[in-house]
Amino acid sequence: MQNYLTEIFGNELVAEITVYVLNTIPVLAFIVLFVLFAVWLERKVSAHMQDRLGPMRVGWHGVLQTVADFLKLVQKEDIVADANDKALFNIAPFLVFVATLATYTMLPFTSIFVGSNADVGIFLVLALSGAVVAGILMAGWASNNKYSLYGSLRAAAQIVSYEIPTALVVLTMIMVYGTMNLGDVTEAQTSYFWNWGIFGGAGLGLGKFLLVPFMFVAFIILFISTLAESNRTPFDLPESESELVAGFNTEYSGIKFSMFFLAEFANMFLIGSILVIFFFGGYNSPFGYFGNLIGVDWLIPIEQLFWFIGKGMFFVFISMWLRWTLPRVRVDQLMTICWKYLIPYAFFNLLIVGLILLI
Amino acid sequence: MKTEEMILNMGPQHPSTHGVLRLELVLDGEVVHDVKPHIGYLHRCMEKHCEAMTYPQVVPYTDRMDYLAAMYNNFGYVGAVEKLMDIKVPDRVEYIRVIIGELQRIASHLVALGTFGLDLGAFTPFLYLFRDREKILDLFEETCGARLLYNYMWVGGLSHDIHPDFIRKTKEFIDYFRPTIVELNNLLTYNKIFIERTANIGVCPAKEAVNLGLTGPNLRGSGVKFDLRKDDTYSIYNKFDFDIPVGEGGVGSVGDCWDRYFVRVQEVEQSLRIIEQAIDQIPDGNVKSEVPRRVKPPVGSIYHRVEAPKGELGYFIVSDGSLNPARVKVRAPSFVSLSAIGEMAKGYLVADVVAILGSLDIVLGEIDR
Repeated sequence: MQNYLTEIFGNELVAEITVYVLNTIPVLAFIVLFVLFAVWLERKVSAHMQDRLGPMRVGWHGVLQTVADFLKLVQKEDIVADANDKALFNIAPFLVFVATLATYTMLPFTSIFVGSNADVGIFLVLALSGAVVAGILMAGWASNNKYSLYGSLRAAAQIVSYEIPTALVVLTMIMVYGTMNLGDVTEAQTSYFWNWGIFGGAGLGLGKFLLVPFMFVAFIILFISTLAESNRTPFDLPESESELVAGFNTEYSGIKFSMFFLAEFANMFLIGSILVIFFFGGYNSPFGYFGNLIGVDWLIPIEQLFWFIGKGMFFVFISMWLRWTLPRVRVDQLMTICWKYLIPYAFFNLLIVGLILLI
Repeated sequence: MKTEEMILNMGPQHPSTHGVLRLELVLDGEVVHDVKPHIGYLHRCMEKHCEAMTYPQVVPYTDRMDYLAAMYNNFGYVGAVEKLMDIKVPDRVEYIRVIIGELQRIASHLVALGTFGLDLGAFTPFLYLFRDREKILDLFEETCGARLLYNYMWVGGLSHDIHPDFIRKTKEFIDYFRPTIVELNNLLTYNKIFIERTANIGVCPAKEAVNLGLTGPNLRGSGVKFDLRKDDTYSIYNKFDFDIPVGEGGVGSVGDCWDRYFVRVQEVEQSLRIIEQAIDQIPDGNVKSEVPRRVKPPVGSIYHRVEAPKGELGYFIVSDGSLNPARVKVRAPSFVSLSAIGEMAKGYLVADVVAILGSLDIVLGEIDR
């Protein structure tokens, strides 16, 4: 497409930028649609877990409830208090959202579509999800509210701490797959489900079977630490409503609040997709493609999209399930889990996997 | 580096202050150095109002103190007036009062347990417990028409007799409710995170609990076996067989948040036992004893105390022989419980203050009156 655009614009740089912008549009559309769906799902899952019905009025079983809520949020007055630091206060929500959006462009949704097929894909995902901290700190500080400050400092401490076990597990995975490009990682697990990361990857022989338990440990560590990074229960301390009212977004309203909200829910799918890419074969179907069977090539990407979103949604569902079951841990316990348990285990795991790969 | 303490106002509008309470927290980072409760946001001059009311007219006012245990407030007040006037109420009334009172205790404890879970971030148990409380409120609604503020127990009797279905439905409720306690224990009580959050938090040893004047589940959580239903028995509680659960430090030390919580869970079971024993023995008879329409106690004063769900609920009534009480003073258990938070929360984290406050089970309507 870039060549085609170069012909139109007559300038390679403009064409390249245009390609990137165009590539972001489907990702943005996906995020918005996903969040609209996920918020509804969250309310339905929580409702059915709690003997309630949840939203029932707007659309069939309330499917349009989130759309209505979003319209309401957009109409709301954008309140900026006098004591707020205007510039930071206004930038923060968009910084958080843009960082999340940028991580999404690294995800291989199908074999033919990746927002940005960067060779350092997972590295960028980690870096950009760390950049969210800056936005949260800005929000907390600029709000000029003690609860917001507490919330944002907690969030910063939490995300930075949990980056370490995440990075260690990701390092392990890079060793196993030998690439940081998420598309290549997915391709390495192609065809049937026993080639998936959780079952030891596509290799053959003794090494594959030795890897299985350690891949499982890596999966658990990555799941816990990414859950903590996205501030979901039981690690939702930054916005623990019973202590800090609403944490760093206490002072936000209207569209800016919905930006935080969008980023939070988008993060849920991001966790799921990272887990899916490393351990559950990414967009690969567990048992071959229907399109191959009947010889219809264009069906394959659609199937791949289905499997990618389906697997991702499964983890989104699990994180909702956890949220409505568990109480919340305390600040010091959160740090204990990270520094005393996850990081040593992740190191140990890294070492063992390294040894297995050597032999 | 120069650091200074930060003052954080928790409330009066805050999700977990259980009403309009303002806690002034002196913080060093997340560590609490001091807690000062500021009350009075819900003050309605109830005790003063009572002086302008006749004795029966005071009953609806007592409803509005501990609004989660309105029946028990009625129970305490009418008990005091009856003691002052030396009225003997019919046996049927006593039985119904005890059954209703224990149902109210369960309902109040369910709110306490649920909101405690909510304070710790567990949302689902809260709704399960409210679902069960709803069934008790349905029973009350059938009995007296109201779901929250009942005005059911009157001086010398009850406003209505029980509904014909009441006994059957109460038995059904007991059968339904027993398994849900097990469910609660599985979901919340023995949850690892829940235990981590509550064990060894807000420890209040027995001696300190007595010195602070704690009563009810908060005192028993500290291991002191003191229950007015047994130790200063009133109504017909001496006819029933039930245990007094005390905190034993099941997962931490005696008198921590978990103990206070678990005492309530066990008390709910004991209340079910009392109801089971009483429900089959309700004698026939009238639900109104011979009380003159104009209630006029003799000159004198009385202090009557009952074991309300939240602790010792005492009514001090001075009568000057007229139709209106000369003075009504309420010893509200939540008021005393709240005063203990300063001692209990020192040195813990912000999140623990919320846990401790939740474990004390306060109701602001009763504190401010």
